[in-house]
Amino acid sequence: MSETPDLSTIFFYIITRGLPNTLVLTIFGLVLGFLLGLALSLMSVYGSIELRWVASGYEKLLRGIPILILIYIFRWGMPGLFWYFESSLDRGLASVVLALALRSGAYQSQIFRGAILSVNPGQMDAGFALGMTRFQAFRYIVMPQALRLAVPGWSNEYAVVIKDSSFALDVGIFEMTKAANQLTVNFPQLLTMTMVVAAIIYFLFTFPVTKFFGDRQTKKLKDLGMGGN
Amino acid sequence: MSEPILRLVDIWKSYEDLEVLKGISFDVAEKQVKVVFGPSGSGKSTLLRCINMLDPPDKGEIFLSGQSFMDPSVKLNKMREKIGMVFQHFNLFAHLKAIDNVSIGLRRVKGFSKEEAHAKALDALKSVKLTEWAEHYPAQLSGGQQQRVGIARALAMEPDLILFDEPTSALDPELIGEVLQVMLDIAKAGTTMLVVTHEMGFARAVASEMIFLDEGVVVERGTPKHFFESPKSERVKHFLKQIDVLYGRHEELLEPFDKEVNK
Repeated sequence: MSETPDLSTIFFYIITRGLPNTLVLTIFGLVLGFLLGLALSLMSVYGSIELRWVASGYEKLLRGIPILILIYIFRWGMPGLFWYFESSLDRGLASVVLALALRSGAYQSQIFRGAILSVNPGQMDAGFALGMTRFQAFRYIVMPQALRLAVPGWSNEYAVVIKDSSFALDVGIFEMTKAANQLTVNFPQLLTMTMVVAAIIYFLFTFPVTKFFGDRQTKKLKDLGMGGN
Repeated sequence: MSEPILRLVDIWKSYEDLEVLKGISFDVAEKQVKVVFGPSGSGKSTLLRCINMLDPPDKGEIFLSGQSFMDPSVKLNKMREKIGMVFQHFNLFAHLKAIDNVSIGLRRVKGFSKEEAHAKALDALKSVKLTEWAEHYPAQLSGGQQQRVGIARALAMEPDLILFDEPTSALDPELIGEVLQVMLDIAKAGTTMLVVTHEMGFARAVASEMIFLDEGVVVERGTPKHFFESPKSERVKHFLKQIDVLYGRHEELLEPFDKEVNK
């Protein structure tokens, strides 16, 4: 890119060069964080006192560490951790995904824990009274409701993770912020415009999702009378 | 006489320092309807929750058709499958339509196919006169309709016995009649029932025996005739008078509803 780029060129450059890695980081971070958060929330709601202690300790710890510190630790401090990935780029991506997932898991655990607890316990009794085992009552009665109750909270968590994925630029991942940064290195006079374009793109990938899932699901839950009124 | 469906032997239960049940014993035979009544805090609901072990008793024995609930080799969920329960606050599954509330036990506990469970659940909804409401979610139903779904959910499992925990006390007065009518119908159809209720009209109509519980003990028991004509203890007399004042008599509620649905 030698000529001064115009607005649409900047827009498409950031999207085509940066978006794929941003989405990879966000999606894998969220999904792994979901699995971790689900396990932690089950530990903290149904687990023994020891398991609850572990879950709550983990949440407190992880919520107190800056994401960049985690990324540095996994990317540079534990190079052997990602031996499975051959290329350095993949190892970089994996280390950021791990950092995002571990941290998001701590928050998702809280979201899911609140959702489980807001399902009226009388429904669990009704499941038992039908002859369901504890696992069945959870699987067929509590979990389907808790997952829905968690959707508004998760859409917020998505908004957090997609933005935090921008820290990956610091360990050389070419995601959207890195792409924008690259442009400003070559065209410093366009810094403000480039960053505004990047901000708009992040916004476009954040707001509609939180709006759609947050508002729509909140209304649906209200219609079903779920999670208290 | 053959083995009773339910036999309670000296049931004790306390929460922390509070003794709620102090040695309750009685039987419920097949096709019998027994009504348990008494002042609030007398342990009626606790008794029902002890029977299907939602809150296991501290002491005592519960037999279901001769099989002890306390036997360590007994699977709790297998025993509970044979005991239906209708709750004061309905406790319907909020994420499921009426039909699915009724069929989920058949599918997941009894292992019926989707089609079988659906057909059977529709039958159960029909017996509580809610066929047209099958596709509605609990939040879209009135309290009386929700409770009838609760009854259908218990009925569909074809339990040996159904426990009713104050099934009408969370309902607006105008909705009580439709629920009582359904309970009368299934009682007359030969369902074995143990009912905690203040609805004396219901008790009078179908109870084989009434049991007055106060402060965790059985104070007096007898037929409806006995209680309405010549109760012995002062506590019972006092309580029956109070009930009349507070709840009124709901016999008349049964009538108009009956006519309406038979039109």
